[in-house]
Amino acid sequence: MSNISKAFENGKAFVAFITCGDPDLETTVKAVKAAADNGADLVELGIPFSDPTAEGPVIQGANLRALKGGVTTDKVFDMVKELRKEVTIPLVFMTYANVVFSYGAERFMTNCKEAGIDGIILPDLPFEEKEEFDGICDEYGVDLISLIAPTSAGRIAMIAKEAKGFIYLVSSLGVTGTRSEITTDLSSIVKVIRENTDVPCAIGFGISTPEQAAKMSSISDGAIVGSAIIKILEKHGKDAPKYIGEYVSSMKKAM
Amino acid sequence: MTNAKGRFGVHGGQYIPETLMNAVIELEKAYDHYKNDPDFNMELEFLLNEYAGRPSRLYYAEKMTKDLGGAKIYLKREDLNHTGAHKINNVLGQALLAKKMGKTRLIAETGAGQHGVATATAAALMGMECVVFMGEEDTKRQALNVYKMKLLGAEVVPVTSGTATLKDAVSEAMREWTSRIDDTHYCLGSVMGPHPFPTIVRDFQAVISKEIKEQILEKEGRLPDAVLACVGGGSNAIGTFYHFIDDKDVKLIGCEAAGRGIDTFETAATVNTGKIGIFHGMKSYFCQDEYGQIAPVYSISAGLDYPGVGPEHAFLHDIGRAEYVPVTDDEAVDAFEYLSRTEGIIPAIESSHAIAYAMKMAKTMGKDKIIVVTVSGRGDKDCAAIARYRGEDINE
Repeated sequence: MSNISKAFENGKAFVAFITCGDPDLETTVKAVKAAADNGADLVELGIPFSDPTAEGPVIQGANLRALKGGVTTDKVFDMVKELRKEVTIPLVFMTYANVVFSYGAERFMTNCKEAGIDGIILPDLPFEEKEEFDGICDEYGVDLISLIAPTSAGRIAMIAKEAKGFIYLVSSLGVTGTRSEITTDLSSIVKVIRENTDVPCAIGFGISTPEQAAKMSSISDGAIVGSAIIKILEKHGKDAPKYIGEYVSSMKKAM
Repeated sequence: MTNAKGRFGVHGGQYIPETLMNAVIELEKAYDHYKNDPDFNMELEFLLNEYAGRPSRLYYAEKMTKDLGGAKIYLKREDLNHTGAHKINNVLGQALLAKKMGKTRLIAETGAGQHGVATATAAALMGMECVVFMGEEDTKRQALNVYKMKLLGAEVVPVTSGTATLKDAVSEAMREWTSRIDDTHYCLGSVMGPHPFPTIVRDFQAVISKEIKEQILEKEGRLPDAVLACVGGGSNAIGTFYHFIDDKDVKLIGCEAAGRGIDTFETAATVNTGKIGIFHGMKSYFCQDEYGQIAPVYSISAGLDYPGVGPEHAFLHDIGRAEYVPVTDDEAVDAFEYLSRTEGIIPAIESSHAIAYAMKMAKTMGKDKIIVVTVSGRGDKDCAAIARYRGEDINE
């Protein structure tokens, strides 16, 4: 049983995304703790990439700030080891295929296992290419998270049947970023997912308000929030963890 | 790799967000159907001939040949195509395909602006909407082409993210495509990106080598000893190589932009300085650091200023079938001026990289040898920038 399932044992799951090293790794540690202490059930740790093609301007900005600050994959692994001394909720990485590939998939997953990473999300690795890493992920007990999108018609069952950890259901077309409204008929997608797997399903992309979190988690197993948290980091910098704690608490309560 | 599609050796594939998967699958199905459809091919051939001006000439550069004193040099004149570059070959094919698929809107990335102009042209011709993404840096370097695209009715979006050059324009076009798929075709300009783009673009550009072969056999009664082309993503190069790949005696030479030199960081010579990676939908060679962060590459040529190379080129390099050589800014500018003075042909600064290497290579070969260099585009767009490079400020 995947460690990630623990994130879905406490009612609907609130999943927080934080880019590692924005504005620095010390703040990342504090921000993750604040999120975990205030009800986050799972945290996605973004390893910055120079050209994050699936991200909107907010997370692009976080990636570039982090890289400018000198963050590297090795420094992120060191940070996770520190973090694991105090944080017990499931942690997954979110990054791009080239970050894993260039590091060496086996070396990367070895370090994930050592550091206590439970899964990995690679938005540029669709079902057709997952064998690039899934064997090595299995070997080291790291769940390779599958994504399903509003445009996945005819592919949902195929993806769901092989899903591990949780399914990341993309709420709308386009890249990451807050949206005033989510209009996709997600319930019918969730229905097909449910027919094909028991792996939990959380919805992300465009969620920022407690109302949206409540609505999205009512039709799935949880809500994923990224850009809204990154905006808090952008605004408050090193002081952000306190505000992130307050924000996560308000979101979790609404769900 | 049982599932993986569109592989050239280990390279290629479809490393894209799930949101785009059905779009590329739909594109592949449509292409597989139409590439064998006689009506589609007749329509495309008509456009290529009557609208774009094909076949392009294979010109014997006699003065250049005699001046250099070595191999006989032929120039494949893609610069004479409508819109001034080889880009139109691919664009007419893709626009026609998009139209058959019921798409009403084309989006594209552009570096030097030639692909953007070609896409805007095809969109105007076929009555389609057009949005072109162009690095802000490049909109300055290539202001004339920005004006042309707007004149043709396209919207030009300056991209400010990253290095504000071609790679960022590709990223932004991909982002745009994920947000609007139903009515939109991403008219990718080079033999790169996710499958089926490297194959589709190669097939549409292969007309270059098909013609070279026919023309050289007619003029010389034999195949050339080498064919040369510049390589950024690699579309005119694969077009130049394709029908010679099985002719093992014909050397295939791709000329990469070395910028200020392959021993500096200011280079875009991907095969010479990059390593294997996964980016922009494909596995191939990329300029990157030890952690896989894509490098901010540099070349005087906006069209070659890209940190990757098409997967088929990566494969041709791996198996030793093609050779990829670095050419610096200085060498390219010299060649730009040389060809203008010697033959009265002003080549694009991109194409000048191939001319530069041909100049070096021809001298080392006997007079009985033949080389063909593809002049992928014309150099009007580069005059102001080259003047600046030489310390002269002119108004465009």
